[in-house]
Amino acid sequence: MAGIVGYGAFIPRNRIKSEEIARQWGKDPDTIRRGLMLEEKSVPGIDEDTITISVAAGRGALERAGIDPTKIGALYIGSESHPYAVKPSGTVVAEALGVGPEVHVADFEFACKAGTEAMFVAYGLVESKQVEYAMGIGADTSQGAPNDALEFSASAGGAAYIFGRKNILTDVVDTYSYTSDTPDFWRREGEFYPRHGGRFTGEPAYFSHVLSASRAILDKTGLKASDFRYAVFHMPNGKFPLAAGKKLGFKKEQLEQGWVVNKMGNTYSGSSPTGLAAILDVAEADDLILITSFGSGAGSDSFVLKATAELPKRRARAPTVRSMLDGRRRYLTYGEYAKFREKIIVNT
Amino acid sequence: MPSPRYWREIPNRYRLEASRCCGCGKVCYPSRRVCPACGAADWKATRLSQHAKVVTSTVIHVPPSDFLNEAPYAMAVVETPEGARLMIQVVDCDPDEVKPGTEVNLEFRLIRREGLSGILCYGHKGVPVG
Amino acid sequence: MRDVAIVAAGMTSFGELWQSSLRDLFVEAALEALDGAKADHLDAIYVGNMSGGQFVGQEHLGPLMADHLGMAGVAAMRVESACASGGMALRQAFLDVASGASDMVLAAGVEKMNDGADVTAVLASAADQETEVYHGITFPGLYAMIARAHMEEYGTTEEDLAAVSVKNHKHGALNPKAQFGREVTTEEVMNSSMVAAPLRLLHCSPVSDGAAAVLVVPLERAKEFTDKPVRILGSGAATGSMALADRQDPAFLDAVSLSAGRAYKMAGIRPGDLNVAEVHDCFSIAEICVTEALCVVDRGKGGEAVRSGYTSLGGKLPMNTSGGLKSKGHPVGATGVAQAIEIFEQLRGEAGDRQVKDAHVGLAQNMGGSGASSVVHIFQRV
Repeated sequence: MAGIVGYGAFIPRNRIKSEEIARQWGKDPDTIRRGLMLEEKSVPGIDEDTITISVAAGRGALERAGIDPTKIGALYIGSESHPYAVKPSGTVVAEALGVGPEVHVADFEFACKAGTEAMFVAYGLVESKQVEYAMGIGADTSQGAPNDALEFSASAGGAAYIFGRKNILTDVVDTYSYTSDTPDFWRREGEFYPRHGGRFTGEPAYFSHVLSASRAILDKTGLKASDFRYAVFHMPNGKFPLAAGKKLGFKKEQLEQGWVVNKMGNTYSGSSPTGLAAILDVAEADDLILITSFGSGAGSDSFVLKATAELPKRRARAPTVRSMLDGRRRYLTYGEYAKFREKIIVNT
Repeated sequence: MPSPRYWREIPNRYRLEASRCCGCGKVCYPSRRVCPACGAADWKATRLSQHAKVVTSTVIHVPPSDFLNEAPYAMAVVETPEGARLMIQVVDCDPDEVKPGTEVNLEFRLIRREGLSGILCYGHKGVPVG
Repeated sequence: MRDVAIVAAGMTSFGELWQSSLRDLFVEAALEALDGAKADHLDAIYVGNMSGGQFVGQEHLGPLMADHLGMAGVAAMRVESACASGGMALRQAFLDVASGASDMVLAAGVEKMNDGADVTAVLASAADQETEVYHGITFPGLYAMIARAHMEEYGTTEEDLAAVSVKNHKHGALNPKAQFGREVTTEEVMNSSMVAAPLRLLHCSPVSDGAAAVLVVPLERAKEFTDKPVRILGSGAATGSMALADRQDPAFLDAVSLSAGRAYKMAGIRPGDLNVAEVHDCFSIAEICVTEALCVVDRGKGGEAVRSGYTSLGGKLPMNTSGGLKSKGHPVGATGVAQAIEIFEQLRGEAGDRQVKDAHVGLAQNMGGSGASSVVHIFQRV
């Protein structure tokens, strides 16, 4: 039976407060903060991208797993901001981590759920005994268009998960995936910023898929919300995951630990995977955990996980999500933010 | 940067691969054929630790054109516990914070881009500990 | 080895010489030297030049310059050692004549930096491409690190650095061929914009065009060309670690020390015997470090040497009476030869307002990159 044997996360240290962005566009900072439940978000430096974030998260996962990287038989990175349009992020990350050359590598895209999809496939290969270990990573440095709601939330970060069959930190109890063609949010080739359907992204997109997948997996496993210690959902803003959790019968205490969006922002493919890492940073043996991602287009992946006694023993080997959120960081002005995010037209 | 030149350096830039001289024990980074200390040409493969200490540093205010929008940035010669020295940028801090003796962790970062259409070049930079 | 002398010199002004191309500069300086000696033929030409290729797309300077001097047929080649190219060209000329292989050799240096090249990038090719330039270092950055190491180890201050610039500008104001013919104050230097901390704009030598040439002949024939030949008493060259990270002590210029030792040995003199010197002040800190590496003062005392006036005109050992690279200008490949010319003029008593009284032994030190190569020549009045 396969499970998580190592996990790691990385959040860039540059940050910007939502009030700074609000002021730029003449919006009331308080309304934004309350409406979206977002305080601040991470900003990738000019020298950071999905690849560098994946390497940092992957290093943490290898530390916690304590395995020889050459034993990883598959490495998948899910992102909607792969640095190259053609040339995999996965090969750079594999070389940097010392994985390979005998390894399957591919980049995944499914808006914000590419990370959990990468995790699912990695898990599947280990569960079916095709490979001994496999890594699934969700990481992003997505763009939010200036003066658009998404500018307050689009941030950078990611988490990496190594699956294996021994010395497991967290068992995978079950998985479920729910998909339909729902054009709620997309980006055409050549466009710099994504577009979205406004309120259409709510009920028919996010909630429909998150709730359907979550209810289905609860049904499948015969579990109820009260059986879980923790739950984490995709976090496009502060409000949606709390609303989804409430609808499913989860209490605030179950949702708090994974709810990192108010400080981190929406790291797209890294969103629920990083929230999960924050949970694994504190979970105890036998704790049940539900994670349901959401990717526009649209779909949701659900996992029911169970922490083992190994988890508290090995998690100190790499930094926690909280330590990254609260540790060394720098707050940018909007101008610095625009420079880092290359929103300023420069001579090439 | 032409692809072959970049690709050859991947082991040392991505994984900090180095060599320890079998003659005198000096750790050479990047690896070379002839030991600069004792002249021997017999090596054992090794890797540098991912942390180091600043030996000397500066803050670049007038950068080369490839790094135009990153200035000012700190650069330092740092020494790893193995005694190897390398030159890196030090980031995620106030550049003036970087001084001889500052301890840094080595993180994987994008070092440069070949304009809008060329390849992306990765390597390591230092981030002050704490 | 035969004794060798310089019998004539020629030099353009240094500066932004928009009207002159690379070949124009060379011919102007070379002709002045040849006319000065009334020499009508040459056995060999050595052209010191860091990068005609990167600055103006022109390699193969040996035949180009021989041709444009009206001397196609003469053996000629380019000599390259980054900023030490000129000094190394002089050394090649010296060895060619000393060996007896040639009698009439022109050692020239030339650089055309202002024709639109990315100067920072070209100069950076003198540093280690794979380990230094890749990560975003610049030339001022490398010397800034050397400065910081020196300040950390010996307590050298920013005022010490400024003192070098002030002194060299004071000297350069007396040099009609200097790029900057004006003095600067300590305040101006300390307030100039930061280039690479702690080095500011006025700690850095400028970007310049220019050429310099000397005619080198066997001493026994020198009087055919001039009444006042200057003997090349010693020549020493050396290299050091290419990358700053590979140096034991980043604040010490090993190559300079080694090259000076070899030159002193060949010349049979000691630092105390010197009356005047031209040293490679590409950045203010370089002069401080070179003063120590030449054993003119102890390690760590380079700052004090400038502050105290020891190395000013009127001091014990005037350095960079020409204005140095800082004030005279630094057309990279030409510098080493221009330094030799300043000593040549000093030893002949022809340095005008810059004259060091009774100078009869002088030294020129020229280095490349962040000190990875260095060449030292010692000269004596005949």
